[in-house]
Amino acid sequence: MRGGARFPVRLRYTKRGKVRFLGHRDLARNLERAFRVTRLPLAFSEGFSPHPKISFGLALTTGFESDAEYLDVDFREAVDLEALPAALSTELPEGITVADAAWLDDRAPALQEAVTAVVWEVPVTDQHGEPAGAAALRAAVSAALAAETLECTQVRKGRSTIVDIRPLIRRLAIVNQTDRDPRVLLMDLATVPKGAKPGEVMPALGPFTADRGVRTHQFIERDGVRYEPLDVDTRARVAHAVAS
Amino acid sequence: MSNLWPRIEPLLAKVEKPARYIGMERGALAPEHAPGKVAWLLLYPDTYEIGLPNQGLQILYEILNERDDAVAERSYAPWLDLEAQLRAAGLPLFSVDSHRAAGDFDVLAFNLSAELVATNLLNLVDLAGVPVRNEDRAPHHPIVLAGGHCSFNPEPLAEYVDAFVIGEGEEVVGEITDVLAEWKRSARRDRDRMLHDLATIPGVYVPSMYEVVYDGPRIAAVLPRHADVPALVDKRTIADLDAWPYPKHQLVPLIEVVHDRLNVEVFRGCTRGCRFCQAGMITRPVRERSADSVRTMVRDGLRRTGYDEVALTSLSTADFSGIERVVADLVNDQEGTGGVSVSLPSLRVDAFTVGIASEIQKVRRTGLTFAPEAGSWRLRQVINKLVLEEDLYAAVDAAYSQGWRRMKLYFLTGLPTEIDDDTRGISALARACVDIGRQYTKQASVTVSVGGFVPKAHTPFQWFGQNGVAELRRKVGMLRDDLRATRGVQLKWHDPEASFAEGLLSRGDRRVGRVVERVWRAGGTFQEWSEHFALDRWLEACAAEGVDPDWYVTRHRDEHEILPWDHIAAGLHKDFLWLDWTAALAEHGLPDCRWTPCYDCGVCTDYALEHVVASPVAPAGGSQGTGQDLARGDSVPIKFTTGRSSKHLASSARITA
Repeated sequence: MRGGARFPVRLRYTKRGKVRFLGHRDLARNLERAFRVTRLPLAFSEGFSPHPKISFGLALTTGFESDAEYLDVDFREAVDLEALPAALSTELPEGITVADAAWLDDRAPALQEAVTAVVWEVPVTDQHGEPAGAAALRAAVSAALAAETLECTQVRKGRSTIVDIRPLIRRLAIVNQTDRDPRVLLMDLATVPKGAKPGEVMPALGPFTADRGVRTHQFIERDGVRYEPLDVDTRARVAHAVAS
Repeated sequence: MSNLWPRIEPLLAKVEKPARYIGMERGALAPEHAPGKVAWLLLYPDTYEIGLPNQGLQILYEILNERDDAVAERSYAPWLDLEAQLRAAGLPLFSVDSHRAAGDFDVLAFNLSAELVATNLLNLVDLAGVPVRNEDRAPHHPIVLAGGHCSFNPEPLAEYVDAFVIGEGEEVVGEITDVLAEWKRSARRDRDRMLHDLATIPGVYVPSMYEVVYDGPRIAAVLPRHADVPALVDKRTIADLDAWPYPKHQLVPLIEVVHDRLNVEVFRGCTRGCRFCQAGMITRPVRERSADSVRTMVRDGLRRTGYDEVALTSLSTADFSGIERVVADLVNDQEGTGGVSVSLPSLRVDAFTVGIASEIQKVRRTGLTFAPEAGSWRLRQVINKLVLEEDLYAAVDAAYSQGWRRMKLYFLTGLPTEIDDDTRGISALARACVDIGRQYTKQASVTVSVGGFVPKAHTPFQWFGQNGVAELRRKVGMLRDDLRATRGVQLKWHDPEASFAEGLLSRGDRRVGRVVERVWRAGGTFQEWSEHFALDRWLEACAAEGVDPDWYVTRHRDEHEILPWDHIAAGLHKDFLWLDWTAALAEHGLPDCRWTPCYDCGVCTDYALEHVVASPVAPAGGSQGTGQDLARGDSVPIKFTTGRSSKHLASSARITA
């Protein structure tokens, strides 16, 4: 996969605000363009139509935000890792901020396979799009955690299937209890063997919907230990202040 | 002075492609509105993907925002799903830059690049909360303005658009801003007074300042209502393209759009004199940008945008002096960029040499389109598209020899004097092109794209009765039959019914406006989209308004008929156009005046303009009739040999990415 490239880097970036409406493919195009504008020495694939060696992690559902998006990129030569996050961030649309960078080991497994769990914070709404009732949500969460199976309808490529998502649920917790704000549900979900989107999980819990939310973490799990993707298979992590 | 974003945001979760509506493009501006500033909303009446790349709007967006007394934002037609959401929520059309209500702007300025967007213009005005008819607008409503090629026949929208800009907008938007700034300062906000002032700006046409007098179905006269309003509204033309190096910060959209690449305009205007081509007629004279300035715009543009493709745009890019050099410089100056490909929309076939083909393919083989426009040499002389058959074949040979496997050929059908042999010539040309390709690859293929010819205002064909729907259908059917068994040729055609509606608008008068309104009221938006277009809706509207569409579309006009756009001047004298029409009927080609003596079409002499071309002589071997032996236009080389170069002779074609 990484061919002869010698300088792989892993980045963490955010997707916040209006850019939550940007689809995954378009987001990728914008990131590629930012690399070009900064004139960083991207490594390109061989062949007649060379493309930069950038591999993205799990796609984020359009409409959702994130503080924990990741990508791996190969450079032809060493780059200034300290300067990289700020340099890229200024060339990206508002809300997309490169927050962290680290040298990646040559043989690091691809993000898509390595990440096994994600954490969401999702404002829960009822079927009319109004903030969900606190009591109903509390009851639904308890019931879900006590259940042995939890049926969820997933639509992929126009085909609707019913899957049991109970094994995916690691943790559910209501983090916001005020009456005025929507209830925010913290959802810690496994992504293997097949993940589920928050918008699919909520109707499985009860008469709820979720069309927005924030991915706060992605984890790589090794021998029962959870790591953030920049803390495993990497060296020389560089943190960059994230403007909120 | 509202920011509607908090109310729009929840709706975006429910629509397709919500990123169409968020703005945030690289190059987008966040202009600061103020009571003393004239606020322009620049609108393209089609989707974001079609409208965003429009260079005209991008140029004006920058020029206006550079002024101290103006701000400009942008808006596009929301797709049907968002429109329904907006109307249900009681929300108006908004700008994508700061999500401000369209009704809060002083001017709604539309680009009209195609006839059928007319119903979308009405829809957007309505969605802005502004009455669609001029006469119903109150002093507090924004001014509805339109420009672009379709404003050269503004009459179908005369009762819906307060003022039209005829010609190029770079200078005139400043003069309009001055008038509007004064209007905003005035206590009375007298709309009629302001419109009257606009009507005295050269290049601005205010339809309400003119009365149309009819004699039965025909127009008897178009009379200005005031002494200081010109009887003839002349187009605006900038003399020196180098003085206007815009857009300086081409917008880079977050989502994929059409023409998604850096676009650098290398010259404006065209004097090849193709008789069907309105763009070539109304944008004269030729004004080249200097090669240095092109290089600077390309270099800065690529650096700023991060694009990996650049298009050198114009109506016929190969006519740019020294084009080969510029392309070679671009392709070979690739340091650190990882490869930038070059596309040359509108390139003559004679200029598509093995040399250029090999330069282009060094990076990426961009899509190739050649446009012979007609299937026989006889008909190409009628339309003055002087493409020699052997030049077309040489260009095709050059492309296949450099590794291309497919290309597009553009043709028109329903042209003046066209007989079935001419139409069938299209099939013959296509087959010959595939045969050439087979010498290089078994997969050689050609896509033939056929459009029904729609006569346009200010062209020598403005008197010609367009082919009706049945006749265009018959011709397309003939080509389908001809090509059905031909391997490697794919035929595509423009819907003859859409051509009919386009014809109604392209040469319509004020009475056609009510038809447009009726189509819009019946739900006929996005008429440029085949899935939303239905000719029946137009015909029903015509019947309801007592408009005979055939009178406008398929009727031949005579020399002395007053045409609905006769009071709009593109600079071309009507007697020159008539002479050129008679030359067409005599199958007589007319060489490019850039390199031959002036025919006195009227543009340069009347407007004291000159062609700005770096090269005073025609390309080697001649071009568009200069230095060519037109007696051998249809001679076909018997055999093509590999590696044959085509560095001579003339014709015309397009290459697109």
